[in-house]
Amino acid sequence: MLVAQALIVEQRLAGISATLRPGEITAICGPNGAGKSTLLACLAGLLAPDSGSISFGGAPLSSLHPRERARVIGFLPQTPEVAWDVTVGTLVALGRLPWQGAPLSRAAAKPEEDTAAINAAIETMDLAALRRRVVQALSGGERARALVARVLAGSPRWLLADEPLANLDLGHQLALLGTLRKLAREQGLGVVLVLHDLAQAMNFADRVLVLAEGRVLADGAPEEALAEQIIAAGWGVKARWLGEPGAKALAAAG
Amino acid sequence: MVIAVPLSLLAGRVWIDPFDPVTPNAAVILTELRLPRALLALCVGAGLGAAGAAMQGYLRNPLADPGLFGIAPGAALGAVLSFWTGYSAAPWTLPLFSLAGAAAAMALLGLIAGRSGGVALFTLAGMMIASLAGALMSLAISLSPTPFAMSEIVTWLMGALTDRGWHEVWIAAPLTLAGLVLLRLAGRGLDALTLGEAAARSLGMEPRRLQALMIAGVGLTVGAGVAVAGIIGFVGLMVPHFVRPFTNRRPSALIVPSALAGALLLLVADCLCRVLPTVSELRLGIALSLLGAPFFLALLLRMKRGLV
Repeated sequence: MLVAQALIVEQRLAGISATLRPGEITAICGPNGAGKSTLLACLAGLLAPDSGSISFGGAPLSSLHPRERARVIGFLPQTPEVAWDVTVGTLVALGRLPWQGAPLSRAAAKPEEDTAAINAAIETMDLAALRRRVVQALSGGERARALVARVLAGSPRWLLADEPLANLDLGHQLALLGTLRKLAREQGLGVVLVLHDLAQAMNFADRVLVLAEGRVLADGAPEEALAEQIIAAGWGVKARWLGEPGAKALAAAG
Repeated sequence: MVIAVPLSLLAGRVWIDPFDPVTPNAAVILTELRLPRALLALCVGAGLGAAGAAMQGYLRNPLADPGLFGIAPGAALGAVLSFWTGYSAAPWTLPLFSLAGAAAAMALLGLIAGRSGGVALFTLAGMMIASLAGALMSLAISLSPTPFAMSEIVTWLMGALTDRGWHEVWIAAPLTLAGLVLLRLAGRGLDALTLGEAAARSLGMEPRRLQALMIAGVGLTVGAGVAVAGIIGFVGLMVPHFVRPFTNRRPSALIVPSALAGALLLLVADCLCRVLPTVSELRLGIALSLLGAPFFLALLLRMKRGLV
């Protein structure tokens, strides 16, 4: 089992301080403009925080070489692009780029490790039958699976995804969340998701970080962090939770 | 290429029969005219092909062309200035002026766009430099000191490999080779860019490093090409499209094959120009544009139907 080090966030967007733990699904929730995507981009090392720091394994994230960072943290942007008519197999193989040195550098890739990681990612996301299909010709659900497989092929210890459930139907949403939960439990993958669907955050996340106007409004287990009074404070919506734990739904109230 | 190179040595106004060695001056024609010309065609074609493939990968656009960066117009402006000042008489000065023009365009590009490493600003800066160099070129032509200089400039701009010798090969070959190495080094970053800028950076692509490799790589290959052969359009645009169906579509897989295909295309086109029965030799740049424009149009129409 991989033991990943914690990602520690300090005082970033005005007032965020959090320690994210591997092996957990952390959902970042909040109204539009709360700073969710900014936080995720900072965690992925794409943006430098205005103040404060993000540390990983006792060292600032920014001190890692971009390639070293890319080997640890996999990132799926909000609107993933795929240029050229690449096949699913080629797309997933792109996830190995951080492990492949420049053609003339000493840190050459080990081809058998690359192949094993690519095959494992394709297996995990159930893409074996689609391997030779062109990504542009896939359905939305298949495409989402292929894009997640691209991140997993890089054998990251953290998977950060910005609204990975957008444009997916309910069946595909549940399947993707189930797979991510399995990876977190069995392989200790740290999963950080920006989620708009509070019910999915409630049912699948181990921990929820609620942001509002760049600050942490709540941080903790979903039942506490997404309590009805916090939804009222953060989103300005009166709502009530219905149903059993693990299968809760949010209903408008009043 | 194994077939094309020997054929190119034999073809021309004076055909050389390899089995009948009585052709007058055969040895001189071969070593002083045909061989350097063939090598030059290979060099320039390889540079343009690889630069086109890298540009299309960098801009994630199949319609991108090495000319977009403003480096070719910069090099052409340098050459025009050498005619204008009359220094072009000495064999080394024209290519050197032209390389200086390319270097100035590269430096300007790096200065404007180098801070952010973003692709959009970079493209706009390149287009601005291209149009500025074009305007200055027109100015130089309209103000040219003698009608003779003007006609020389216009003829040179059409691009050709006529009357080139070994010293052009010595200028173009090492620079093109260095450029090809840099473009090949950019391959991994270009692959990452397939997924968009944000995902590429999350994969460890360093925008500024990639941009520097692109500027230097395209600058060396295209700058060297323009310096010895003038403006030869459409090779960089067309060649990657011929090659792409035979690859896995990763930009890095396209660079070396595009260099080889570009070299072959230019060599064959130059031979055809040489043997076609026209009054004076058809200019290579014109011939390729005649070929390239319809190709470009067909490409646009295919894209409209969503086939590319």
